[in-house]
Amino acid sequence: MKIAKKLMALSLAAVMAGSCLTACGDSSKADGKGGDEKTLVIGGSGPLTGGAAQYGTAVKNAAQLAVDEINEAGGVDGVKFKLVFEDDEADKGDKAVNAYNALKDKGMQVMLGTVTTGSCLAVIDKTKQDNVFQLTPSASAQDVIKNDNAFQVCFTDPNQGKASADYIAQNNIAKKIAVIYDNSDAYSSGIYNTFKSEASEKGLDIVAEQSFTSDSKTDFSAQITAAKNANAELLFLPIYYQEASLILAQAKSAGYSPKFFGCDGLDGLLDVENFDKSLAEGVMLLTPFAADAADDATQKFVKAYKEKYNNETPNQFAADAYDGVKVIAKLVEKEKIKGNMSTSEICDKLKNAITDGFSYDGLTGQGMTWGKDGAVSKDPKAVVIKDGAYSALDK
Amino acid sequence: MAFLDNLINGMSLGSIYAVIALGYTLVYGIAKMLNFAHGDVIMVGGYVVFTAMVTANLSPWLSILIGIAACTVLGIVIEKVAYKPLRKASSLSVLITAIGVSYFLQNMALLVFGEKPRTFTSVVNIPKISLFDGKVVIKGETIAAIIVSVVIVVCLSLFVNHTQKGRAMLAVSEDKDAAQLMGINVNSTISLTFAIGSGLAAIAGVLLCSSYPTLTNTTGAMPGIKAFVAAVLGGIGSIPGAMIGGILIGVIEILGRAYISPQLADAIVFAVLILVLIVKPTGILGKKVNEKV
Repeated sequence: MKIAKKLMALSLAAVMAGSCLTACGDSSKADGKGGDEKTLVIGGSGPLTGGAAQYGTAVKNAAQLAVDEINEAGGVDGVKFKLVFEDDEADKGDKAVNAYNALKDKGMQVMLGTVTTGSCLAVIDKTKQDNVFQLTPSASAQDVIKNDNAFQVCFTDPNQGKASADYIAQNNIAKKIAVIYDNSDAYSSGIYNTFKSEASEKGLDIVAEQSFTSDSKTDFSAQITAAKNANAELLFLPIYYQEASLILAQAKSAGYSPKFFGCDGLDGLLDVENFDKSLAEGVMLLTPFAADAADDATQKFVKAYKEKYNNETPNQFAADAYDGVKVIAKLVEKEKIKGNMSTSEICDKLKNAITDGFSYDGLTGQGMTWGKDGAVSKDPKAVVIKDGAYSALDK
Repeated sequence: MAFLDNLINGMSLGSIYAVIALGYTLVYGIAKMLNFAHGDVIMVGGYVVFTAMVTANLSPWLSILIGIAACTVLGIVIEKVAYKPLRKASSLSVLITAIGVSYFLQNMALLVFGEKPRTFTSVVNIPKISLFDGKVVIKGETIAAIIVSVVIVVCLSLFVNHTQKGRAMLAVSEDKDAAQLMGINVNSTISLTFAIGSGLAAIAGVLLCSSYPTLTNTTGAMPGIKAFVAAVLGGIGSIPGAMIGGILIGVIEILGRAYISPQLADAIVFAVLILVLIVKPTGILGKKVNEKV
């Protein structure tokens, strides 16, 4: 009996040692040495489940579309792209890191991600340590790009706040402004802070500053009452669409109908199931992408996206991701990157190339350029919701 | 004028807390257990009514009836599966089970209905009342919630005090063993309590979603906890107490948000809970019961 037990223990130990070896063997792919010369692996990370799933799904779909287009055209100098995508549930901790590690195991050489700011902050120091070139389509906080290997396709939050104030002032949309923002969220308070300072410079009057937190985001009656009593002509909403949909409904039932102005977080408002679209009529938002824009690139992209994904209209996140992949492709072409180069070597080449006089005309902006700080420079577009769809304000 | 507006908004929120708190207090009063899954039964009720009304395109009244039926059945099933086996266990075990049921329901809803929020169509078609040139507006949902909570308080009080089943409930709440000796079926009485409590949850779900028309798998969680505070404030176990507590909590929350700080509004609500527990643990209308050793 004793011998049997010992044998059992020994064989178990052997199995465990064996599995460890195979595990170690697998991870050799993730050491960043690169693989097949003809394949470059792009790793994407974003929420495919959870409250922000719309964003991650849009990014994944559009990135796949861009990758397919590149491969159908024969790749970049014969190098084909392969997209691997992991679900990080927009988590700010372990899930984001796990997704990143899973991407490394799958041989990621360039990172397109992550989609949301919180997850991005959880992995930026890892991508820096591993020296992976990181281009986030949509994580918009300033801290996301603090390392020199990280770049953004979207605007940084402070830029959105500044651009919103500029737009409102230049076009004389309103003078008395109320703001409702989520001060438990870096995105929302980031935009709000720059909006506030730019607004005072431009002579706009912020008559009510109201906030809420992620724990109490259903009842906005007190905030709306404050805005209404301050006679604000415009309500600035640097928040996400779910809360915005409630604010629109509650403002209406409180008999308060100011102009509404938001940022890219409002993108998705019209896709909420059973949402009364008439509530959103006239809502303005600053977003770099409008699906109904008349230019050829946008039209072509929207058509291809709709054909591939159940006739869904691509949102700004999709456009950001599409641009992101195309930017990577252009840089790969410029630097003659091959699939067998190490991740670190690719990173060094790409990060120099992107800041070295590189310019790209994309869906989300003409003449996009990047500074050493990783932020993009491009003009925002303003859209207005009209007849239940986005339409460009300044065509 | 802004104060009046805030006060009315507070009563509007409070009347919804009141309807939720009634379910809490009924179950606690009779079965002596805190059903923390109550808020999530509300969420299920919201989804059932949404599915019946928007997806299946049934009339609002029929949808509400389906919602009440579904929640009643759900309440009985939860009681039979999760709580009945623990009838003799310590109240802590039951409490933890209730938290487990709460998470189970939230995650089931996530699995079945997905993560995308849905916008609920209000079932209330009472017109809003505008006062002082639209400076103060009383929403139709507020009027409905107050009427519904008063009706429920009256009906429940009549039911508990004047029907045989109701008196059996009172007997069970006083002493389970003695009630059993007197020929009362304790198990079926507790099941009935859960059935009624969960049916009320469906009504609360409809009112909650009509006022705050976004429906996700955690819709019921926070209102459920606030309503629990309301039930404690009013005196847990007391039916009129739940109504008074609910309205007070709603008013405290909104006034706190408007005049003190939006960040502290929730903290103020929970500080009220702590104060009540220190100063008058039985709540406003609660009876002091001497524990027999």
